[in-house]
Amino acid sequence: MAYSFDFSSLLDYTPVLVDGVVTTIGLTAVSTVLGVALGIGGAAARTSTVKPLAVVVGAYVELIRNTPFLVQLFFIFFGLPSLGIRLAEWQAAVLAMVVNLGAYSTEIIRAGIDATPKGQIEAGASLGMTGPQIFRYVVLGPAMGKIWPALTSQIVIVMLGSSVCSQIAAEELSFAANFIQSRNFRPFEVYFLATALYLALAVALRWVLSLIGGRMFAKGVSRA
Amino acid sequence: MRFAKILGALGLATAVLAGGLAPTHAKADALERIAKEKVLRVAVPQDFPPFGSVGTDLKPVGYDIDAATLIAKEMGAKVELVPVTSTNRIPYLTTGKVDLVISSLGKNAEREKVIDFSTAYAPFYNGVFGPDDIKAEKPEDLDGKTVGVTRGSVEDIELSKIVSDKVTVRRYEDNNGTISAFLSGQVQLVATGNVVAAAIFERNPPRLPIMKFLIKNSPCYVGLNKNEGPLMEKVNAIIAKAKDDGSLNAIAKKWLHAPLPKDL
Repeated sequence: MAYSFDFSSLLDYTPVLVDGVVTTIGLTAVSTVLGVALGIGGAAARTSTVKPLAVVVGAYVELIRNTPFLVQLFFIFFGLPSLGIRLAEWQAAVLAMVVNLGAYSTEIIRAGIDATPKGQIEAGASLGMTGPQIFRYVVLGPAMGKIWPALTSQIVIVMLGSSVCSQIAAEELSFAANFIQSRNFRPFEVYFLATALYLALAVALRWVLSLIGGRMFAKGVSRA
Repeated sequence: MRFAKILGALGLATAVLAGGLAPTHAKADALERIAKEKVLRVAVPQDFPPFGSVGTDLKPVGYDIDAATLIAKEMGAKVELVPVTSTNRIPYLTTGKVDLVISSLGKNAEREKVIDFSTAYAPFYNGVFGPDDIKAEKPEDLDGKTVGVTRGSVEDIELSKIVSDKVTVRRYEDNNGTISAFLSGQVQLVATGNVVAAAIFERNPPRLPIMKFLIKNSPCYVGLNKNEGPLMEKVNAIIAKAKDDGSLNAIAKKWLHAPLPKDL
């Protein structure tokens, strides 16, 4: 075998890799919170009786779910400056990830809401609860519990998809790997390590999310 | 007597063999041949704009073609353009298929063992480029600014060595990413080759990339066969004259959208 493996050549680049991992975690954390919040709002709007609102959100969901993430990202980063909206690479990355996760989680959460038995909503109404109260106290909790595993998978996909943000020079883990590879020309070692780091991040993310899910929507998760 | 005859025959044979085997380096007669036939054969690129590419009429156009035409005109000869690639341009010269190589050829020690080089006729460099309103004459002036560069390129490696931590270097996947980042204002300056800067100029953007300072310089030279002293003198004289009278500067402005650097 002509190739001699040399993982020690990566040691010089430890700070770059650490920065990359931290940036990936930061991007994922911010976009998860904002994206799921957007998804809850979107699902509420899509299932609401206000038709125009449901149509607008439906259009947003279809637009984002039927176009590639890379194109959405390039549009935000390279395209919007033409309209005078110039976002830094991390802002563009977060915005793209939030918009993307928002659309997918809207659909996922809507599915959970649709699965709520009519009787529960009627029970809420008969207790004199208002529409928003029913949504908040009767519908949302069990709905989130039902779809939490699906939402977890979507969040992991978004975390892994953040690697695409290296294309606009957001210095996350994939950027760090590409950067190191263009300096030490050791693709096997670099991408092997990056793969291991992504795997560890994904496993850790699933674990954290199942903890959160178990706390917040105990009933639904135990059933899932 | 007999012995002397054999010895003489052997000597003759050796001389003939040696003569035949000796590298057929043309004697200094290329210039004579050009003057006699009134044809200058030049190897030019056809896949490397703006130095040489195929125009809409399928004829080669570019900086190198204009330079070849200029040199031929000064010699009173007709130019015969021979399209070459970057790998076969030197073999075309050493096997005598062309008289000159004008094909964005850079100088290095290995090539100098095989062929000779004229004085530089075209600028080829990496530098930092940016719009007029940004002042930056040296690496320190970049502090606090954002510079775009193509990741892993020569200019990325060199720039990373000379700038401080106060400079935000944004590294893009390829030249198109770097160009887009500059055109959309995501970076204030770019570190890139003068050829890429010329490509940005071609699009006539609102923010024009003006040369700020040099990172690495490797200008282009005309390649000639070894032992072509008179031709070399003639080519150098023509280049010097073209630099003086501004005709080479006009070619640079036309194809590279920037005047010739003073030190070329």
